[in-house]
Amino acid sequence: MSSNKKYWKSVEELNENSSIVETLKQNEFVNEIPTDEFLGDKETLEETSTTRRDFLKYVGFSTAAASLAACEGPVKKAIPYVVQPTEIIPGVANYYATTIADGFDFASVLVKTREGRPIKIENNALAATNGDANARVNASVLGLYDSLRVQGPRKGEESISWDEFNADTTKTLESLKGSGKDIVLLTQTFASPSTSKLITEFKEKYGNVRHVVYDAVSESTALDAFQTKYGERGLANYDFSKAMTIVSVGADFLGDWQGGGFDSGYAKGRIPTNGKMSRHIQFESNMSLSGANADKRVPLTPSEQKTALAKLYSLITGVSVATKELPSHVADAISKAASQLKKAGSNGVVITGINDVNAQTVALEINEALNSKAFNPKVPIKTRQGNDKAVAKLVADMNAGTVGAIIMSGVNPVYSLPNASEFVEGLKNVDLSVTFSLKADETSSLTNYIAAAPHYLESWGDVELKKGHYALTQPTIRPLFDTKQFQEALLKWTGNDVSYHDYIKEAWGTTILGESSFNKALHDGVYVGTIDTETEDTTESTETEETVTPSGNAANTLASSVNSGSGLELTLYTKIGMGDGQQANNPWLQEFPDPLTRATWDNYLTISKADADALGLTNTHVADGALNGSYANITVNGITVKAPVMIQPGQAKGSVGLAFGYGKTLGLKEEMQTGVNAYALYDGFNTVQNVTVEAASGEHEFASVQLHNTLMGRGDIIKETTLEIFNTRDRKVWNAVPTVSLNHEPVPVTSPEVDLWDEFDRSIGHHFNLSVDLNACTGCGACVIACHAENNVPVVGKTEVRRSRDMHWLRIDRYYSSEESFEGDNDKKDNISGLGSSLSEFGEMENASVNPQVAFQPVMCQHCNHAPCETVCPVAATSHGRQGQNHMAYNRCVGTRYCANNCPYKVRRFNWFLYNGNDEFDYYMNDDLGRMVLNPDVVVRSRGVMEKCSMCIQMTQKTILDAKRDGREIKDGEFQTACSAACSSGAMIFGDINDTHSKVAKLKEDNRMYHLLESVGTKPNVQYQTKVRNTTEE
Amino acid sequence: MKQVIHRKLSNSTLCLGLIILLAFTTTLSAQEGDSAKGKSLFNANCAACHTLDKKMTGPALRHVEQRLADDEGLDREWVYAWVKNSAGLIKSGDAYANKIFNEYSGAAMTAFPQLSNEDIDNILAYTAEEKKVVPPPPGPTPGDNASNATGGISNEIILGALAILFILLAAGLYLVNKTLRRFASAQGIEVEEDSKRTPLWKAFVKNQFLMLVTAIFFLLASAYFVFGYFMQIGIDQGYQPVQEIHFSHKIHAGDNDIDCKYCHSAARSSKTSGIPSLNVCMNCHKSIYEYNGETTPEYTKEFYDGEIQKLYAAAGWNDADQKYTGESSPVKWTRIHNLPDFVYFNHSQHVTVGGQECQTCHGPVEEMEIMYQHAPLTMGWCIECHRTTNIKVEDNAYYAKIHEELTKKYGVEKLTVAMQGGLECGKCHY
Repeated sequence: MSSNKKYWKSVEELNENSSIVETLKQNEFVNEIPTDEFLGDKETLEETSTTRRDFLKYVGFSTAAASLAACEGPVKKAIPYVVQPTEIIPGVANYYATTIADGFDFASVLVKTREGRPIKIENNALAATNGDANARVNASVLGLYDSLRVQGPRKGEESISWDEFNADTTKTLESLKGSGKDIVLLTQTFASPSTSKLITEFKEKYGNVRHVVYDAVSESTALDAFQTKYGERGLANYDFSKAMTIVSVGADFLGDWQGGGFDSGYAKGRIPTNGKMSRHIQFESNMSLSGANADKRVPLTPSEQKTALAKLYSLITGVSVATKELPSHVADAISKAASQLKKAGSNGVVITGINDVNAQTVALEINEALNSKAFNPKVPIKTRQGNDKAVAKLVADMNAGTVGAIIMSGVNPVYSLPNASEFVEGLKNVDLSVTFSLKADETSSLTNYIAAAPHYLESWGDVELKKGHYALTQPTIRPLFDTKQFQEALLKWTGNDVSYHDYIKEAWGTTILGESSFNKALHDGVYVGTIDTETEDTTESTETEETVTPSGNAANTLASSVNSGSGLELTLYTKIGMGDGQQANNPWLQEFPDPLTRATWDNYLTISKADADALGLTNTHVADGALNGSYANITVNGITVKAPVMIQPGQAKGSVGLAFGYGKTLGLKEEMQTGVNAYALYDGFNTVQNVTVEAASGEHEFASVQLHNTLMGRGDIIKETTLEIFNTRDRKVWNAVPTVSLNHEPVPVTSPEVDLWDEFDRSIGHHFNLSVDLNACTGCGACVIACHAENNVPVVGKTEVRRSRDMHWLRIDRYYSSEESFEGDNDKKDNISGLGSSLSEFGEMENASVNPQVAFQPVMCQHCNHAPCETVCPVAATSHGRQGQNHMAYNRCVGTRYCANNCPYKVRRFNWFLYNGNDEFDYYMNDDLGRMVLNPDVVVRSRGVMEKCSMCIQMTQKTILDAKRDGREIKDGEFQTACSAACSSGAMIFGDINDTHSKVAKLKEDNRMYHLLESVGTKPNVQYQTKVRNTTEE
Repeated sequence: MKQVIHRKLSNSTLCLGLIILLAFTTTLSAQEGDSAKGKSLFNANCAACHTLDKKMTGPALRHVEQRLADDEGLDREWVYAWVKNSAGLIKSGDAYANKIFNEYSGAAMTAFPQLSNEDIDNILAYTAEEKKVVPPPPGPTPGDNASNATGGISNEIILGALAILFILLAAGLYLVNKTLRRFASAQGIEVEEDSKRTPLWKAFVKNQFLMLVTAIFFLLASAYFVFGYFMQIGIDQGYQPVQEIHFSHKIHAGDNDIDCKYCHSAARSSKTSGIPSLNVCMNCHKSIYEYNGETTPEYTKEFYDGEIQKLYAAAGWNDADQKYTGESSPVKWTRIHNLPDFVYFNHSQHVTVGGQECQTCHGPVEEMEIMYQHAPLTMGWCIECHRTTNIKVEDNAYYAKIHEELTKKYGVEKLTVAMQGGLECGKCHY
């Protein structure tokens, strides 16, 4: 049977005497197989007496033993308090009002604590005027449990005690008293009356003290403009709910412009009531949240913005200003905006984000000219006080050797200063450097002492958010580590023995509260003063004051300052998810998808398609659909930063954008060291820079959660109409219920005769509905983080997100139009006929327009009354409750994922790994400290199960139980979900539709109401309100 | 048994003697006053701070009158004045009053103006009683052991004897058989060997039908047992761990009839019933420093007193000084009732809203010397109860509307938990 066939292994065999063939005969594998490497240490391997058989026996035995042991339940210990605090009942949450004031985010919040652990940040309803918790504030609770926090005071690398720290520093400070060298306090904006008082006392004691306030992302120009005009260092306050015409020139006021917090007022004016809604016109270069929400968005470069603002000024006030030429469409938009503003009169408002004193002055002057109701300079915002010139002078002084001591708190200049290297050099000339810091970050690791600072949830404090609007910070947990506040140290240095709490109480009693009770203010977290207080301005004003620019001149100076430099103009911006980068070690925020680009774990250079093509920069989708981008070198004044490129629809041609807050290297986990540091390009604290961009080698891998950007003309996903049509036409025209054919008659898909299923009777008891108003939703994403915190949603990391395995229960889809508007998309799709046209035109529709319309749509489990997921589950793990919620029993789920495949909304998430017990996911669920943030009322899901939005059933059940226990009916507004409670813009309304007086029941009957993909017939319990755009041009 | 009776007799004699002795001493002191009334007055008014034999918040009071008279030369009038208004007496500059006031670090005794002189006489009569000699615990006597042992052993002996009998019988039969065979071979009679007949087991093995039936039987049986084994995994019914401190629910909830929710107060308002913190224990155990109830050989008075000392050590209570030392060490109790993480159970829903007795799920806790898990805590057990239990809707405005509508819908008088959606997955699993 033997075969005579000869199998050739290589051509070498033709050569009869080939040594290679001979060698190969002897040695089957050409390369030696690295068995030693694979098996580990060769020596120990040879020494051991365990044979292969023994080894297998051991394996078998231990497996058997392990499975036997698994049958025994583990012994659990329960350790009660020795003396239980009276306010704590185990299993019942306590709430405390407090205030975050980290120098970038200022908000009055409620902190939910369980058994003494803060686990969630919520909005403080009593503090509605002070700005609500945004995504970062919601995520800030995780910072408390950061495993990389400094756990005690340190001298260099060595741990010391606070007594040593106090003794050493006091000695040095005393010695500096008469030395002629300055003691500098370089701090964040505290806006704290008691801290100002303390610093004044500190100055009195040591004499040669300077207080420099430094905001990483500076609003110095706006502050200067306001100070020059109104004599007070603050920022004008705006209430956009009072504005009917909003014109913004480069101001992302729905983002972090001038401290942010304007979105709830804005959203109020956006909901059409009595046929009216505000009109929002945005002139900007980067695509921002504000631009995405605008009725009309005009992309233009930063230098064009200056001209546009000057022109707007001249059109409104009538003062003639010599301006450069603008492109005709921009000029046209400006004149239309001006006429609308004039028509609106006091109902109009103009704001600008141009980083220029004159531009800011012009905006203030326009608002004065309009007599704008939304504009309020009398109650200025106090949460930005940084002074660029003082900071610049400090760096110079440090290098000149005239600074004896520098004490920093809440700042990280080595990371966030554009001239960080000069600061580092200067630091070497300083005798004493102290940083009050949560982390051993870029700055604190270079200073003599790291004074471990407490998180704001462990601290006392007070804030004057706006003039006369005060807020208190109180600890919600005992300090986790051996930490002391900056203020406590100041008290020590001034020889004051009272605690900071007593100090605040005393300060408030004498200057702020008058007759009111401190405990009441502490309980409320906020206090609106009636008496006018004169807080002392402790900040150092530079000697060289700018000359006051008189009215009209500002616009002229602005217009003449425009110099169209060569190359591209870079606008540096902050992302709503990262801000100035303080919370870069927060995995929730890292994984938070940017509302616009939908990219996570990154910052990138945003560039227009035209510029990208010209520079040879590309974005490509690789085989698994994930997004890759080329790298580009960005150069400003000789400093080059290499960043990945993201082609951004709506980015003005000739402009590029880059976000602050990334590229940190110290004090954060390796996974969080993402992106590039944009502060290096923040030359002269100017957010606009002339840059040269050129393609660099390499490809960057993005982790984007949305890979398809356009709606492809499917208007039934996001229903849109214009205010005119909304006011004049019937609902059927702009919000028709889809029909199906029954006996050749079109029948609405909602009618029972075309239903496959019998309807359940849900008329008794509660029936929950969630309404999402697409007009009010600004896409800010606070709900996404609130959902994270409430529902123990795991963080999966960049590589997993790239594989589309993100776990967010609630996502905010963002769609671009591929034509000028979504309406145009719909028309284009409807007019496609024939194969050729459909092939080419559908292809075109995949690309977003150069200046697209944008729409946001929060999508969570729709809790369908006829849920497709329920019918396919082989183990009945997902089932329907009569309260309208689609239940998910994790312990029943076997992970077939049929449900996810059958879900038309793609809201189900699969646990590919045990995220809470796997070192590969070292974010927060894998260390004991991070786990303290978990909500004990919600299961931490295991590997291999499906999970999804539960409509916060733990919250609705708790509301019901509380009412049962009190023996009362439930009032509207008591039912909340995490997302609806976090939504400050009022876009998400949750409630019981069986309660006919409830808001949500009324919204269900609203003409704007529609269901997502209604034609599928799933009958969801989540409703959307049609988006209405105010396209009125005159 | 005789001895037991004898011991009881001796006990009662002892008691009788004691009573006589006590009566005698009472008459001896020749003071009017009803010590029985005095006892109840003492317990109502004085016991919070005083005991008879041990210094607590205030001094020990046994023979207080005698002591005052002997040591200080104070008479009953002084006692009246002190009890009715101790502060007044201190203010008046009375030497001994000030001395005792300072001795107890300035803790003023509550004034009892409502007590009449007669009442005080009664109390004094009670304090003048001699200390009862507690009879030694009924330790096991040798006789007891022996009688018990015979009872226990007799069965074994009978069984042993029977076993021996059977062995002897078998041996006898074998020997007889052997002898008979020897006789047969001697006589030349060939014993017919029954070689043709196959043994029963071989026949059985060859019968395929029987084999099949048996195999099926064995498979089913083993499946039944394996299933049963797997089904009980994770069910810890009867779980009765030994705790760091022997806490007897029988004494607290049973003998002393303390309401469960006095200690487990969180059960009213929280999802957990809460393990009482040690300060709750100390509410009572500050004055209850010894156990005076029934004892058994296993749980003697010394044992219980020792457990109270353990509590003092954990709470950091110095009983001698009547002060907290501040050195406490939390007690690590072993959890008995463990629900898996994926189950949400709320005590207040069942206790406050539903009005369920704790015993419904936790069993006869008031009889448990050592706490154990009474119910299986399986989902089937929960569901069963939800199917059969009616909702307590009376006087609860929350239920007013829903109850009316649902009873109409189902055509029933009373709603069960299940009818209101109490069987839905998401009510307990989220």
